[in-house]
Amino acid sequence: MEKMDKPLTKNIRPDRAFATLADYESTGGYQGLRKAISELSPKYVQQKVKDAGLRGRGGAGFGTGLKWSMVPVDDVSQTRYLIANADEMEPGTFKDRYLLEQDPHQLIEGMIIAAYAIQAHIAYIFLRGEYHQAAQRLAFALQEARAQGYLGEHVLNSDFNLEIVLHTSAGRYICGEESALLNALEGKRATPRAKPPFAVVSGLWGKPTVVNNVETLCNVPHILHYGIEWYQGLGRGSDKGTKIFGTSGRVKHSGIWELPMGTPIREIIEEHAGGMRDGYKLRGFLPGGASTDFLLPEHLDVVMDYEAVAKAGSRMGTGNIIVLDDQTCPVQMVLNLEQFFAQESCGWCTPCRDGLPWTVTLLKDIIEGHGRMEDLDTLAGLTHMLGPGNTFCALAPGAMEPLQSALKYFRADFERYIISPHAVMENV
Amino acid sequence: MKEQTGNSSFEGLSLAEIQEINAEMRHYEDKTAVSIEALKIVQKRRGWVSDDCLVAVAGLLGISPAQLEGVATFYNLIYRQPVGKTVIHYCNSVTCWLLGAEQVRERLCRHLNVELGEMSEDGEYTILPIVCLGACDHAPVVMVGDELKLDMTEDAVNKIFGR
Repeated sequence: MEKMDKPLTKNIRPDRAFATLADYESTGGYQGLRKAISELSPKYVQQKVKDAGLRGRGGAGFGTGLKWSMVPVDDVSQTRYLIANADEMEPGTFKDRYLLEQDPHQLIEGMIIAAYAIQAHIAYIFLRGEYHQAAQRLAFALQEARAQGYLGEHVLNSDFNLEIVLHTSAGRYICGEESALLNALEGKRATPRAKPPFAVVSGLWGKPTVVNNVETLCNVPHILHYGIEWYQGLGRGSDKGTKIFGTSGRVKHSGIWELPMGTPIREIIEEHAGGMRDGYKLRGFLPGGASTDFLLPEHLDVVMDYEAVAKAGSRMGTGNIIVLDDQTCPVQMVLNLEQFFAQESCGWCTPCRDGLPWTVTLLKDIIEGHGRMEDLDTLAGLTHMLGPGNTFCALAPGAMEPLQSALKYFRADFERYIISPHAVMENV
Repeated sequence: MKEQTGNSSFEGLSLAEIQEINAEMRHYEDKTAVSIEALKIVQKRRGWVSDDCLVAVAGLLGISPAQLEGVATFYNLIYRQPVGKTVIHYCNSVTCWLLGAEQVRERLCRHLNVELGEMSEDGEYTILPIVCLGACDHAPVVMVGDELKLDMTEDAVNKIFGR
């Protein structure tokens, strides 16, 4: 029971080597699966994960057990699919890379249990194409798992069969969006689908499909092995379990740390990341990736759980914090973010396809000294036109989050470019 | 049928490529699903995907070239133009940008005397931007071929070219 406060990262080592099957089994690996398959019905596994309070770690925070329970499982002849969303591409986010590269069996065990819970017999790992080392290690771990009887026909001599297929993508942010991922896996352009129907009812090739984030699935074996009470005891706030938080930017020590849900942001930035680098002050931060609203130093005591960060006006997102220092121009940072979103827009719906390049043009004009005060109103207008409810998926609304909060918190920086274009802070 | 490619009814593809693509099909309900794998298989051998190859792969999968072109051009890692033997992707997303991605780009381009997207004169390298590589704790980062390179200081950039 050693190190049981860090179930997800206990096998992650400083030398970046990876846990083989033997390593993984020696720290309690595959015990959760053994228990699920030999003692528990699929419905009971769903209920356990629901009762534990596990919520999706990809950013949206949807209840994992609840998602599983929406899959129709009564018809045994029906094909169902499970997909691990390993398309980690949210700028500023690097947590799943560690999980995939250094403890691949943890994901595989989580997937087998999840597949058992929804009675899926084929599961896919949708891995971003750039994660070459993760691909090699996952392929190796899948072979080990097959050889040991954790995968294939009669998993652990039960009547449950499961094959896991590793699919490597070819690089496009929108593939992380659940319904776009389904199209990508079907070999089509990765444009999002109209919802409803949701994937749990009609997903991959129209079959009920559960898509879960890597970190989410990695929680599952531990809930089964150590129980709900232990799991809930890990959280410090209203949410349960641990979360892999991270910090990048001009802090002393960038990195990831597995900490209780509900850990204060101040603790992550000041203690774990060691505070700002010498000579730099904290100006603001994006709490959970590029598509979350800026928060300010006054928000440092907000705790990292879904409701608390939302109440402060942002989202916990991926929980990987991007720090804005006092010598980086927030307007230029927003331009970089919007260029990313404009490039990665799939082009399917008009507000996103046309609105994001327009946003980029306006920001460039402002930075290059051709801006007008009305442009700030136009940008504010775009945050509504591209906001929730006006687009096919969450890409554009996500893109508007850093912009709308920058207009609120850093308005003087925008105005300075317009009022005195020659006197603005120099490029970083 | 072209002399050098022969051995197949899908003009332009080698037998090995066809076998590898066909082997991928068993993982999916529908053979359209192997579009990405197929394009990658071709690209792995040839460095990029030519029009002829694209048409041949579409034929093999039973979809129109236009549909496959829509897929091929959608993804950052499928090249529809010739690229150098090694593609260097430099990350230009937010954390790398904050910590000097532009300087990394300048150094890379200066070393090879190329603009972004151009092939170096010796055909060895092409430099392309890429979105967040998920290694922000070691920004700025680049990917040289399949290999991730962390903490891209000036020395580290020189090292890529063995200097």
